[in-house]
Amino acid sequence: MIPLSWYLIFAAALFCIGLFGVLARKNAIAIFMGIELMLNSVNINLIAFWRYLSPNFIAGQVFTVIVFAVAASEVAVGLALIISIYRRRSTIVAEDINLLKF
Amino acid sequence: MSDPVNFVANWLKTVFTNWGVSPTWTTIIISIIGVVVLAGVALVIDIFLVWVERKVVARFQDRLGPNRLGPFGLFQPIADVIKLLLKEDITPDKADKFLFNLAPVLALGMAIALWAVVPLAPTVIGSDLNVGVLYIVAIGSISTLGIIIAGWASNNKFALVGAFRMVAQMISYEIPMVISLLIPVILAGSMGINSIVKSQPVWYIVLAPVAALIFLISSQAELGRAPFDISEAESEIVAGFHIEYTGMKFGLFYAGELLHALTIGGFFSCFFLGGWRGWGAETYPILGIVYFFIKAFFMYWVIMWIKYTFPRIRIDQMLNLNWKFLTPLALAALIMTALLDKIFQNASSVVYIIVMLGGNLVLLYIAYLVTGIYARVERKKVASPEDNRVNFPIKSGANIVETQSSERVQA
Amino acid sequence: MTGLQILFLIIAAITLGGALMVVTTRNLIHAALWLILCLFGIAVLFVLLDAGFFAVAQVVIYIGAIAILMIFAIMLTRKVAKDSGSQTNSTWPIAGIVAIVFFGGLVFLFQNWQPIHTLPPTLPQGYNSIEQLGMALVSPDGFLIPFEVASILLLTALIGALVIAWGKNK
Repeated sequence: MIPLSWYLIFAAALFCIGLFGVLARKNAIAIFMGIELMLNSVNINLIAFWRYLSPNFIAGQVFTVIVFAVAASEVAVGLALIISIYRRRSTIVAEDINLLKF
Repeated sequence: MSDPVNFVANWLKTVFTNWGVSPTWTTIIISIIGVVVLAGVALVIDIFLVWVERKVVARFQDRLGPNRLGPFGLFQPIADVIKLLLKEDITPDKADKFLFNLAPVLALGMAIALWAVVPLAPTVIGSDLNVGVLYIVAIGSISTLGIIIAGWASNNKFALVGAFRMVAQMISYEIPMVISLLIPVILAGSMGINSIVKSQPVWYIVLAPVAALIFLISSQAELGRAPFDISEAESEIVAGFHIEYTGMKFGLFYAGELLHALTIGGFFSCFFLGGWRGWGAETYPILGIVYFFIKAFFMYWVIMWIKYTFPRIRIDQMLNLNWKFLTPLALAALIMTALLDKIFQNASSVVYIIVMLGGNLVLLYIAYLVTGIYARVERKKVASPEDNRVNFPIKSGANIVETQSSERVQA
Repeated sequence: MTGLQILFLIIAAITLGGALMVVTTRNLIHAALWLILCLFGIAVLFVLLDAGFFAVAQVVIYIGAIAILMIFAIMLTRKVAKDSGSQTNSTWPIAGIVAIVFFGGLVFLFQNWQPIHTLPPTLPQGYNSIEQLGMALVSPDGFLIPFEVASILLLTALIGALVIAWGKNK
């Protein structure tokens, strides 16, 4: 049997890798991939908590469904934004999109 | 001896237990043997599908088809395989080698993976998943991935264009397909394919003909077969995503397409034609396998019939058919089925069948009227030149150039 | 060490390796494909957690829709994908330190939390979590309102994506 801690440590590692991707990558789509990794690690935690701590209370699974919906809509709008930016400035390097920077 | 598959499995189990293998390992070994046998059967059928396809096409086109090698040309596919194996295997320059080789494997592998949830007989099913219907959709999305990998890794513009077209088509047609699959799920009250088959004393093609029609059309598009073969339209983009593939790698794509078509036929028979159901199938499961394959091959024949009858459609027609016709119709059918099922759930089965069939026929008639009105409006637009200019800016630009040049000539 | 544990370790290693490749590969198409491998590993972990529905939904939504959309976006912005230069910005060492410190902090916090070593309770025979999930999503006592709000969110995202990506007609 796999103890709960394995899942939690795995999810924490995945979250940190995603965090590194978000902080370190230049390309906006690559940053998106990091965000996806972070969302997925949260999903694993939610399902693991449902399975280990409260299998009779379905809320963990419902939260995962909501996370799926949010991730899907986030990607749709985000990629539309990225393509729109690319059309106007022909770059999607996050550093070059600096109109709001001091 | 009425159930040979499970008989052999149980015999193997006793043999392994007598050898002193632990029960866990026995289960694992028997599962692996089952997977190998099922995949092997699927591949052997696949080789002869080449013969079936060529022979049937020939008949549709008033030809004879392969008839030299063996009785009725039955050994032709074996010669084809030998030819494909002997051909030179080319990897294009600057292609992504690993992905280039991975793509054909994905294409055939996903077609085989679908057989894991096909109920061949009441007791013969690879894995009776309780989310079987969703599993089909998931495997479909992985084969989309195989195509986009093939297109990208080939380092060829035509391949990339073909892959883009194919992916756009598959993603679009997934929506009406999933919605139409939800209708048998509602009627059966389960997403497991075996329980859907079990709950069909009356075939669902009687209860949900609209869903059956939509599933047939959208799975044809999912397969990328004519009339939806814009992804490999020979006259436009040569061969689409598999343009750079030679020898057996091309053969894997070809075999994957044929096997996928037969598998879709099998799923159609499971969802709408009662799968393994038939006289005596409950007591003699071996009969169920026969019934299943008869129905699957019949649907495969229907798919071929459609393929070799209709001309190829354009990409805008493909998208219009999906978003303006199939998706709304599928949604309407889903809502209607759910409502009628809830209202008449306590009625006698005869009333239930009549109501369901009547509802579907009314829906079809309404769809027919609406498309008739739409077609009339469209025809009027095409007929009158002013609207024409608004709709096709390129054409109106050409007209302007033409008038200018003619003015110049006059001047 | 049971067979299940070995299986978990193998899948976890593949998934984390894929995730590392996602954030370090230069070629963005390869990064997207590594992301798909990683998402697939997570789907297998859902199977290990007795959530088969989510495993299949993960493949349908993440691999079938999100990853394919990302590949499309990468190809549409291909000038950037061909960029052979470094794909990380100048502050990447700081980012690495932040990530490692965050991971260390999380593991440190886990040690002080008691239920971490629980083993999964056995599910009752014939337990069907899909049925429960479906009931919970549509029953007024359950999660009807979040579910409806999620559907509105999806509709808004659909229209928003169309409006943003449409561009001018010229």
